[in-house]
Amino acid sequence: MSVLNDYLPLVIFIAIATVLSGALLVAPFILAHKAPDAEKLSAYECGFNAFDDARMKFDVRFYLVSLLFIIFDLEVAFLFPWAVAFRAIGPFGFWSMMLFLGVLTVGFVYEWKKGALEWD
Amino acid sequence: METLLPLLLIVAKSLLLIILGLTAIAYYLLADRKIWAAVMLRKGPNVVGPWGIWQSFADMIKFMVKEPIIPTTANKGVFMIAPLVTAALALSAWAVIPVNDGWAIANLNVGILYIFAISSLGVYGIIMGGWASNSKYPFLSALRSAAQMVSYEVSIGFVIITVLLCAGSLNLNDIVKAQDTQWGMLGWYWLPLFPMFVIFFISALAETNRPPFDLVEAESELVAGFMVEYSSAPYLLFMLGEYVAIITMCALLVILFCGGWLPPFHNEYLDQVPGVIWFVLKLTWFFFLFAMVKAFVPRYRYDQLMRLGWKVFLPLSLAAVILVAGVLQFAGFAAQ
Repeated sequence: MSVLNDYLPLVIFIAIATVLSGALLVAPFILAHKAPDAEKLSAYECGFNAFDDARMKFDVRFYLVSLLFIIFDLEVAFLFPWAVAFRAIGPFGFWSMMLFLGVLTVGFVYEWKKGALEWD
Repeated sequence: METLLPLLLIVAKSLLLIILGLTAIAYYLLADRKIWAAVMLRKGPNVVGPWGIWQSFADMIKFMVKEPIIPTTANKGVFMIAPLVTAALALSAWAVIPVNDGWAIANLNVGILYIFAISSLGVYGIIMGGWASNSKYPFLSALRSAAQMVSYEVSIGFVIITVLLCAGSLNLNDIVKAQDTQWGMLGWYWLPLFPMFVIFFISALAETNRPPFDLVEAESELVAGFMVEYSSAPYLLFMLGEYVAIITMCALLVILFCGGWLPPFHNEYLDQVPGVIWFVLKLTWFFFLFAMVKAFVPRYRYDQLMRLGWKVFLPLSLAAVILVAGVLQFAGFAAQ
């Protein structure tokens, strides 16, 4: 019951926010005057017709950044409960997390030296 | 009837917060343009109403009656959902922000985690919009934006951890209360965690794609970024989402580092002022800083941006987590 009490307002708030945004989104489709033509509806490319498909190959470094992000963000997710319970877990909890962060730092140094963070 | 009344109360509170919030956004937007103009020795919007105070509302009406254009090559469903996702998610973050002691729609015990999750989801709106447009500029911009937002999210996460170590709670209300000491504003976390405060401020600029990190819509390279193909109300929703996210980041700065609704010093006069006034004053101050940064800091290059995020902020904030935990452990604040 307490979970419901805590999260019900959240669900209602998100629902209201979505409905209001949705109403704004739909409004011009009802209100506005529409006069479409082929040129207006084509994709923008500095006045040219598109040379090729926009779904093209892109730099692999974007993948690399998202992979690194996943590692570090999981890391942050591990730290959240540790930080909240910090005062209660004593030296054992402190040193366990320091060991974990040490391992992570070794990995971070490795990827730095490998050049995974270079954008030139 | 007993169950219906609290429900209606929640709905009323939510509507009140959203309507007040959106009205405030209209004026923050105007203030942004006015400050930017003042730095450039221009007048800024000054036609609609005295000093242009109705400008944002006029803009809104203009957007609502403009012709909405959906490109023929776009993936229409995703194209239309993207702005909705951006705006709705940005607004959702406000459900847990306490503007005064206990004044939040949902006083969650995992408040900061919720905000962290919602701001991570923000990148979906941009990726969806950029991909679904099926046009080159939006596509490149969406990729850039995704990489930029996730990069700075990591250091924001570590900075939040340092605050949590000091406060010992995930509840935003409790984080503010943990800063309530007899030293007034000198006891707020901006002073003991000053380097983290600065890192958070700069990361917040990058996270919300504000100048000097607005590479997502670097006009000279990508026209208008992921919004190139958008017009009318879908464009309005993207802009709205962006400004709501900025205000959320300002609110986080206020709550995590500047004592939320607390007065700068406790005395019989300052304690009389309602907490919500202090909150809004601090929020406005941070928004002013955001606007000033936009006005006079030149734009970064993309490789500089990634270097700053991964090679400067990430090691610094990681070291800070270890330092703060070490100080708390060995200065006798934690269990021995």
